[in-house]
Amino acid sequence: MRPFEYTRATTTRDATRAGTDGATIIAGGTNLLDLMKLEVMAPERLIDINRLGLNAIEESGDGGLRIGALVPNSDLAADRRVRKDWPVLSRALLAGASGQLRNKATTGGNLCQRTRCYYFYDTDMPCNKREPGSGCQARGGFNRIHAILGTSEQCIATHPSDMAVALRALDAMVEIENAEGERRSIPIAEFYRLPHGTPHLDNELHPGDLITAVTLPAPAGGAQIYRKVRDRASYAFALVSVAAIVTMEGDRIASASLAFGGLAHMPWRDDEMEAVLVGATPSDDLFDRAADVLLKDAQGYGHNDFKIPLTRRTLKAVLRDACNVGEPA
Amino acid sequence: MQTQLSINGESHELEADSRTTLLDALRNHLGLTGSKKGCDHGQCGACTVLINGRRINSCLTLACMHDGDDITTIEGIGSPGALSPLQDAFVRHDGYQCGYCTPGQICSATAMLQEVQAGWPSHVSTSLEDDVSLSNEEIGERMAGNLCRCAAYPNIVAAIREVAGAGEDA
Repeated sequence: MRPFEYTRATTTRDATRAGTDGATIIAGGTNLLDLMKLEVMAPERLIDINRLGLNAIEESGDGGLRIGALVPNSDLAADRRVRKDWPVLSRALLAGASGQLRNKATTGGNLCQRTRCYYFYDTDMPCNKREPGSGCQARGGFNRIHAILGTSEQCIATHPSDMAVALRALDAMVEIENAEGERRSIPIAEFYRLPHGTPHLDNELHPGDLITAVTLPAPAGGAQIYRKVRDRASYAFALVSVAAIVTMEGDRIASASLAFGGLAHMPWRDDEMEAVLVGATPSDDLFDRAADVLLKDAQGYGHNDFKIPLTRRTLKAVLRDACNVGEPA
Repeated sequence: MQTQLSINGESHELEADSRTTLLDALRNHLGLTGSKKGCDHGQCGACTVLINGRRINSCLTLACMHDGDDITTIEGIGSPGALSPLQDAFVRHDGYQCGYCTPGQICSATAMLQEVQAGWPSHVSTSLEDDVSLSNEEIGERMAGNLCRCAAYPNIVAAIREVAGAGEDA
């Protein structure tokens, strides 16, 4: 690990000002310290925000929930209100990492975790995310875990979070404070970036920005499912994951909110695909048509070609469960 | 950097580079070598300790971030003359082979049983709201952050089951 100067923030202003001056924020540190050991990241200054409070889960006036940025993943997953009214979020959190990591990893930090692309982690390899302009070895290399949607010439990395996929399906908002002390809230849909020509930028945070909370809207009800497909049964990143919130009216789908992990540089959602489902009667034909829309621009890079049929199958399995219809004979 | 750590009920003043992980502080600065360094990347769980009662990977946190925190290591869980119930069960069930992962397994299981007491569900829990019943599958999932290269898993699970009072798995 490269040497760094360590300071502890006692106010959010300490953190945002240090961020403006080039310091890197550390919260749980489970991803950042790993990357610092490998020198994938080498901050000269760390500002520790763990003593800022920001660790409460509070009911907001509109029936929603305000989750402090420092709430550990394990506490959020175990919160009685989340388990009852936003179960897709508990399920996504419990599908990620290990008990030890969930105790340390925070809500804000989980949103900011970096890709697990092998080439991003290997400092002997070019990587446009780690070192802009150096190239991408993943496109023609080992890309089993890589993206099939929203990729660019520069980058085919995926975002690794499970939590963020559930938050995308739930239409969560990210609350951010800047060095001027101003707070803004942005929909999670606008928080992440696609790689385009700037894959080194994962999200819309600017230097000096501090995530202070994540807010959930009032419970959507319906069937809530998080299904994660991975190489082993536990403690592995998603190859494909689906967060689904589906409500029915009689025998028709009244609303469908579907977000996908493992497919893109951000939790993926497709309004056009959801429009195919809403108002329709659930059937495997319908689910196939939805998958056709979702995957019309999907592109494999060799090792990850399997993700295209796997996404279709996972989506169909989740929709069958959510709509309570059986597999056709 | 100066850091005050309370470890197994005893106060320690640590003077170390800011880069020092909690694991390296325990092992190299404070002589508490029970916590083991396996992967040093949070993947194997050999370094598991309890901070303020919660299990974490001590390799993935900086000692200086824990000024004033209460830390419990395997040395604080029990001693040769006074084994904790889990330590005793691991011995009787032969829940190890080489023993390198064992301190992490026991620290992790100690905290895991408290998580179950608190009603925390897991990825394999059928319901998010009902009480947890500690099946072998539940124990396996909840202990997924602790690897055993000797694959003593069946006996580790049996030892944990016994202490949890869960009886035989159906």
